[in-house]
Amino acid sequence: MSANLWFALVGAGLIALAAFTFFVQTHLLRRIFAFNIMGSGVFLIMVGMAQHLRQTDPVPQALVLTGIVVAVSATALALLIFRRFYALSAAVTLTQDNDTLGDSYEQEPRQ
Amino acid sequence: MNINFWLPLMVLATSLVSAIVIFIIPDERNILRGAFNLLAAIVKIAIVAGMIVGVYYQQEFETRFTLIGDIDFVLRADALSLLFAGLSSLLWLFTTIYAMGYLRGTPNRSRFFGFFSLCVASTMGIAMAGNLFTFLIFFEMLTLSTYPLVVHKGSKEALNSGRTYLIYTMAGGAVLLLGIAWLHSVVGAFDFAETGVLRDVDASFYPTLQIIFILLIAGLGVKAALVPLHGWLPKAMVAPAPVSALLHAVAVVKAGAFGIVRVIYNVYGVEFAASLQLLLPLAILASITIIYGSVQAIRQLDLKKRLAFSTVSQVSYIILGLALFGPIATVGGLVHLLHQGIMKVTLFFCAGLYAETIGVKKIADLSGAGQRMPLTSAAFTIGAFGMIGIPPTAGFVSKWYLGWGAMEAGAPWVLAVLLTSSALNAIYFLPIVHKLWFGKAPQQWPAEHIPFKRFETNPWLLWPAIITAAFSIGAGLLAAAGWSPLSWAELIAVREYLP
Amino acid sequence: MNLIPFLLVIPLAWALISLLLPRLPIGPIALLGMLVQSLATALLWRSVQLHGAERYAIGDWMAPLGITLVADGLTVTLLAITALIAMVCAFYALFYLRSHRHEARYFWPLFWFLLASLNGIWLAGDLFNLYVGLELVTFAAVGMVILSANRQTLAAGLRYLYMALLGSIGYLLGVALLYSAYGTLDMRQLAELIEPNWTTHVAMLSISLGLLVKTAIFPFHFWLPPAHGGALAPVSALLSALVVKSSFYILARLWLDVGADVLPVITAQGFGLIGACAIFYGGFKALQQDEIKMLVAYSTVAQLGYLMLVFPLAAGTAPEHSMLAWQGGMLHVLAHALAKSAMFLSVGTLVLAVGSKKIDALAGISTRIPLSLFAFGLAGVSLMGLPPSGGFNAKWLMLQSAIGSGQWHWVVVLSLGSLLTATYIFKVFRVSFDQQAIDSGKGLVKRAPWGMELSALFLAGLAIALGFAAALPVELLSLPEVESSLMEASQ
Repeated sequence: MSANLWFALVGAGLIALAAFTFFVQTHLLRRIFAFNIMGSGVFLIMVGMAQHLRQTDPVPQALVLTGIVVAVSATALALLIFRRFYALSAAVTLTQDNDTLGDSYEQEPRQ
Repeated sequence: MNINFWLPLMVLATSLVSAIVIFIIPDERNILRGAFNLLAAIVKIAIVAGMIVGVYYQQEFETRFTLIGDIDFVLRADALSLLFAGLSSLLWLFTTIYAMGYLRGTPNRSRFFGFFSLCVASTMGIAMAGNLFTFLIFFEMLTLSTYPLVVHKGSKEALNSGRTYLIYTMAGGAVLLLGIAWLHSVVGAFDFAETGVLRDVDASFYPTLQIIFILLIAGLGVKAALVPLHGWLPKAMVAPAPVSALLHAVAVVKAGAFGIVRVIYNVYGVEFAASLQLLLPLAILASITIIYGSVQAIRQLDLKKRLAFSTVSQVSYIILGLALFGPIATVGGLVHLLHQGIMKVTLFFCAGLYAETIGVKKIADLSGAGQRMPLTSAAFTIGAFGMIGIPPTAGFVSKWYLGWGAMEAGAPWVLAVLLTSSALNAIYFLPIVHKLWFGKAPQQWPAEHIPFKRFETNPWLLWPAIITAAFSIGAGLLAAAGWSPLSWAELIAVREYLP
Repeated sequence: MNLIPFLLVIPLAWALISLLLPRLPIGPIALLGMLVQSLATALLWRSVQLHGAERYAIGDWMAPLGITLVADGLTVTLLAITALIAMVCAFYALFYLRSHRHEARYFWPLFWFLLASLNGIWLAGDLFNLYVGLELVTFAAVGMVILSANRQTLAAGLRYLYMALLGSIGYLLGVALLYSAYGTLDMRQLAELIEPNWTTHVAMLSISLGLLVKTAIFPFHFWLPPAHGGALAPVSALLSALVVKSSFYILARLWLDVGADVLPVITAQGFGLIGACAIFYGGFKALQQDEIKMLVAYSTVAQLGYLMLVFPLAAGTAPEHSMLAWQGGMLHVLAHALAKSAMFLSVGTLVLAVGSKKIDALAGISTRIPLSLFAFGLAGVSLMGLPPSGGFNAKWLMLQSAIGSGQWHWVVVLSLGSLLTATYIFKVFRVSFDQQAIDSGKGLVKRAPWGMELSALFLAGLAIALGFAAALPVELLSLPEVESSLMEASQ
């Protein structure tokens, strides 16, 4: 079994595990982790499967670098919003209840 | 580009622009709004009159530009469109005068008159649309601009009627759109043309064309109040009297009837439609509507409701005349488009007058109203006689031609329909007339809003009714004159049947 | 001089200014920036109209490592509508944010970042730049949703962000597979290389699922109503008008431009089916809402469904029907963008004026703030697909395509969908005409700033005007480059 296929298989496995977690878990932090692991899986596939064409293809490397930057920013944003949400509601999950918009929300003072 | 290009657009613009201006004028600036509105109405009549003369002398009036793909936006004044445009612009003037008196001192007048003008603009667009696509644009615009008028009072009843109205007309519009879109995909883009445009379609499409015809008539039939699509009309009577007058005499039901005229004459062509076996079922449907409407009218105790069912019945005379496939019946149907409009508007004006002056809405309470309001009752009597078809009113001319046309077209059963219907008309109108003049007046009217001064009631309300009543007699007496509605209808029929 | 880079540089520059120099009057400065941006867009539009599609390689780095930007007829049309709607929203926001001082601080930087990333998506020529654009749009959009930072909007923002990230992963996975199979990310090259095989199918499925989630197509719509319904009015307008369209744009380009040969008819019909579900589900949910903004948000769910109908109409049908569907779909994108932004802006004014978000609170407003209600009505006309309006022309083209290709089931969906739209639009009107509410003293309102009323009316007027001027964008859509790819699409 060639190395690139290994990369792909491991990547696919990671994605499957993480996707499972993402859907099953409701804790928002766990879902952020799951998202990151999914991302890693995709990156593995990206660098792994492209190797067989040439010796080293620079494009996937560049893509993955960019992808990592994007994923880190996404994680940061998610954490930021989660922190504020936690501070206001003391909840770590999203329930239907959070989404019903009260009549007063526009007048509600900010913290 | 010359004046002939701009005139159809200007007819539309007179009421479209005035609608926008009226929306902006504050509610309390009555005189400004009224003056502007009347000015616009008079300008419109002048332009339409000019075009009538022009069309008589074979002038072409056409506004055209491309909308999308091969579809053009076409406004064109031909003899048929001017019949309808003339009726609408004339009655717009009188209804506006009436409405100004009727709504004095009530809230939301800017909204009312704004949508009223929009409604007339849509009617004008329907009259002058040069192809089905343009027709559809204004047909839907009419639906939208009449909704605020139906619910104008804002009461629960009005809002519910508005909902019924929308359900019927929106569904009708959707069916009509489907028919038009289908037709377009079969034959491509085309304009209305005398003697129709579909004759050259390949025979394998004939079944498709028959289905499309049914879709088109069903879509238009909602507004024309063909049974069983008439349910919205009696409910819409909750609207203020001027709305009932304009909507039910002119704008909405006539738009539907006029659309059916266009489809039969200028899309399918009457001979082609007949060869597809489409006209006889339509004639039968129209006959059923005529009888059903009259029978229902007898059962109504409320004056406006009775008039509404009378409209259901009378509008189908137009369709019956067209479906008979013969030049004389065509004349009868077309002239009824105009005659019925004038007579029915008179009747609704009078119904509004009774309600506003002495608070009478039920037929039973009308007894003796002729002594209290002689001029109103005279106008009502003329309108009622016209509906029954008693000479020398305009209604007699229509029925005469319809009956003659039925004989000529070899459909004597239609004569029976006409006679039955006239008898039914007499049954539901004559008792009212009798009550008005020979009934005993009560000590106290239900709610006397306007005292008897120099006139029996508010002259703003009275004069339009008297003038339209005079028109109903005039159109009958002077039917033979060169410029009467009858002569104009004959002109159209000649152009349709003798290419 | 090539104008393409300016369309990205201008918004980024203004974003930095409004982020770093908040003491300046950033609102008026933003308006100035929008004027510059619109001017640049208009010039590029004209240039493409005259000379055909243009390409630009950033820093002269060629693909595959460099980034190539492409401006064809469709792109410039979308750029133009983006600039137009963003400008009106910015003008509206000048007035609206007076009552939301704190939100104003971050509104403007996010606004500009959103604009830059949207333009990035329209201009991107390869799949990976599309990914970056998608992510940037998401970040800016989520940031704007949570501007008011209360519990509800934070929850809505989180839900939005999580779903969007999930969608991105799906998209990226598909891109990785496509690259490994074909060794290129450039859409033009890919269009030539792509073959129907397992890798392609899995890749396209993954990409499609990701993009469907991001576009909030039923059954992945659930994140949209709270996010769009809970945000500030100008934000909702931008989100519903433009942001969801960006992921749909990618989906359409990929399937109809790149993957036309590999799109199985069954998949296309499946897309149509979920579109039909979206139309009816969104319509029914909109009808059940008692808050006006949620009604409009669910209306977006329904209207996005119409876009999905493009796929079954355009794929596997005769060239002329495919062309009609494609034109109809893109016209629907434009018409819905104009109408929905107008609707959210007018609703924002109404909510501000009556001080409540409930539909019942709008009782009797038809005479109190007629302009905003009129704007709502005009926008509604376009959404219902009544003539004359952009929405109607779009529906007409789709109907023509469906009838012509004999797909009567989509004719039924199109017709019934319009009627359903009418029911929820008139639900609002019914309330607004309630005279008893006026008589009982309800419906007293604050005066709304004129700028807000006029902004909504302007956009609604454009949605109607598109009914008369639809030939213009439709012509642009059939510029040479798009045409050639369409020919492929229909073969």
